[in-house]
Amino acid sequence: MKLTGAQILCESLLKEGVDVLFGYPGGVVLPLFDTFPQYPALRHILVRHEQGAAHAADGYARATGKVGVCLATSGPGATNLVTGIANAHLDSVPMVAITGQVARSFIGKDAFQEVDITGITLPITKHNFLVMEAGQIAQAVKEAFYLARSGRPGPVLIDIPKDVFIEQAEFNYPAKVNLPGYNPTVQGHPAQIKKAAEMINNACQKPLIIAGRGVAISGAFNELKQLAETAHIPVITTLLGIGCFPESHTLSYGMLGMHGTAYANWAVSDADLVIAIGMRMDDRATSKFNEFAPAARIIHIDIDPAEIGKNVRVDVPIVGDIKKVLIPLIKLVKSNQHVEWIAQLDAWRKKAPMVSSRIKNSKVLLPQYVVHKIYEITRGNAIVVAGVGQNQMWAAQHFWYDQPNSFITSGGLGTMGYELPASMGVKVGCPDETVWCIAGDGGFQMTLHELATLVQDKIGVKIAILNNGCLGMVRQWQELFYQKNYVDTPLSCPDFVKLADAYGIPALRVSTSQQVVPAIKKAMATDGPFLIEFVVAPEENVYPMVPPGEALSKVLLEPEKEVHVWSQQNTP
Amino acid sequence: MVSTKHTLVALVEDKPGVLNRMVSLFRRRNFNIESIAVGSSEMSNFSRITFVVDGSPTMVEQVRKQLMGKVVEVVKVTDITDKNIVIRELALIKIKAPSSARSEIIQIVDIFHAEIVDVTQEYLTIEITGPEDKIESLLDLLKPFGIKELARTGRIAMTCGTLVDEE
Ligand SMILES: Cc1ncc(C[n+]2csc(CCOP(=O)(O)OP(=O)(O)O)c2C)c(N)n1
Repeated sequence: MKLTGAQILCESLLKEGVDVLFGYPGGVVLPLFDTFPQYPALRHILVRHEQGAAHAADGYARATGKVGVCLATSGPGATNLVTGIANAHLDSVPMVAITGQVARSFIGKDAFQEVDITGITLPITKHNFLVMEAGQIAQAVKEAFYLARSGRPGPVLIDIPKDVFIEQAEFNYPAKVNLPGYNPTVQGHPAQIKKAAEMINNACQKPLIIAGRGVAISGAFNELKQLAETAHIPVITTLLGIGCFPESHTLSYGMLGMHGTAYANWAVSDADLVIAIGMRMDDRATSKFNEFAPAARIIHIDIDPAEIGKNVRVDVPIVGDIKKVLIPLIKLVKSNQHVEWIAQLDAWRKKAPMVSSRIKNSKVLLPQYVVHKIYEITRGNAIVVAGVGQNQMWAAQHFWYDQPNSFITSGGLGTMGYELPASMGVKVGCPDETVWCIAGDGGFQMTLHELATLVQDKIGVKIAILNNGCLGMVRQWQELFYQKNYVDTPLSCPDFVKLADAYGIPALRVSTSQQVVPAIKKAMATDGPFLIEFVVAPEENVYPMVPPGEALSKVLLEPEKEVHVWSQQNTP
Repeated sequence: MVSTKHTLVALVEDKPGVLNRMVSLFRRRNFNIESIAVGSSEMSNFSRITFVVDGSPTMVEQVRKQLMGKVVEVVKVTDITDKNIVIRELALIKIKAPSSARSEIIQIVDIFHAEIVDVTQEYLTIEITGPEDKIESLLDLLKPFGIKELARTGRIAMTCGTLVDEE
């Protein structure tokens, strides 16, 4: 029996196990929307802006590990997806974006709402397709999902002209993809694995594991733990690697990088062996490339060969899927003890703890305190979705994440406004989890229209706005590097409580430390979405901080505790 | 790091947009592509492309890995710069050739084993195949006569004795 292109698309999505799409209608996708009622198993969530659809699909994908799907019409609908697609691309998030295109006979003629979206998204997708016949939709969908989720995951876009949705063709879902040029290496090279094991067993006193999001993508949480415990190696993570190793574990020493813990950064600078696992040596993590881990030999395990040696020199490269590399590696690694090294890290942690006495005893409401109370009240059983800026760093630093994918944030692109729509996708994907969206007052104002989506689709996200009255992270840089010349960083905002009320969302404003716990408890006890505006200290800074362009060893601590600069000669 | 000329040979699926995707990767790194030659390969539905680019060895290696890993239709890319290879290029040269100059031009063409492929009252069109330096030398000798049009294919190359995709 012949089906329309729109029906073939829906059937194919069901074959791929899709249960929800985030999207927005428009002229050229009308034939598809017209078909949706025939497929009740495909839930369609109407967002308020297509950027929200892409971020929601991204959040859904990170939280569930499944491919997230978003949908937009041609022209402005498609271009509104672009930020969300780029965001997913930089953070290796499996996503399929479907866009409508003008009818075939109009393509290339600057037709109404025509943009070359495959051209526009070429550098920010893993791959994209312009499907010119209904009979090719099924193959394109099959390949798009395969590409999105396999190897190093990423977004794939499928562009379908309006008349292709209407055209009829036979529907046969293909059993196989036809991608002769696409063969990601998943098994690590045995000789390289052996070399790595020898280095770990015999050639180090101060080994350090740096774990990235690749561990979560590969589902190698247990293997990483086993490796660290067997060989007694401390573990630090990247921003996106948070939760890949339980932060409450005795071998966990937090995050490295610009706002990582001082002890993690000191550890990198002093280690004699770095085992980098599923991370891409991003400049915010490594800081100055040629002074990264200066005393260490480096084993780098990643599924993407192009990441190896891209930014940082590598001694033992291993290309492969993290789990498939770690399993044979663990077999070769001997049980070991690094007592002195661990004692050194513990001493560093004592010297520069993440929570200073100033933060603990503050009379004014501090954002760190808010994050920490959310942790305490949820007992860590929550998925936190953070914005970008100071709020993001405090959410990373003051909540202890013990599960992979329990901290979700825009790392590579650093997209303000990611938080609310992404948390929407997280909650849709994990309806039984508590989802906290931690936002800045700036980022929240970029995508707050999605509050309406939360209400219409009954998505129970809890929102904490850390309102410092300014674009905090940029203000911090102006304070530290531009002589406090606060240009365009103070910003006004609406009355967030009234705003939430206008959308039909219960809300509270909190401006003292005493009000924090009752407010969070109230939010947790209320069904559905809830918003709390925390009016926090306006000029609080994020510390520790590695000044941009400096080596990690140059990490600055909170000035109250004297600025401490570490160097090879002067080990703290 | 020193920038040198690299010859890369790629085997790719013959699909719309492939060249665009590959060139876009070079553009991101601000590579100047000196020449690209695209044509069919020994397999139907696959093309073989020869790129000549300028760049440091590490940069070129990065792009090679990115082309292979990130452009789905690319099956294989090999940097054959340091291998034993044959290099060929074809050029068509149109020069002004009044009867007074013709015999001299024909002599030069003969020495280079080039060919005259079109003759009119005013112009001669010469075809030459060979490594770039041979073409350059011919062009040098023809310049005084007035080169009116020049078209070059860019380099194609093949490894000697071994199969490029086996390496
Ligand atoms: C879309 C976008 N525009 C601009 C920036 C640059 N930027 C990074 S952090 C930041 C300030 C964020 O302010 P806010 O959301 O209030 O969070 P805070 O830092 O105060 O916690 C800005 C403007 C960005 N990351 N994303």
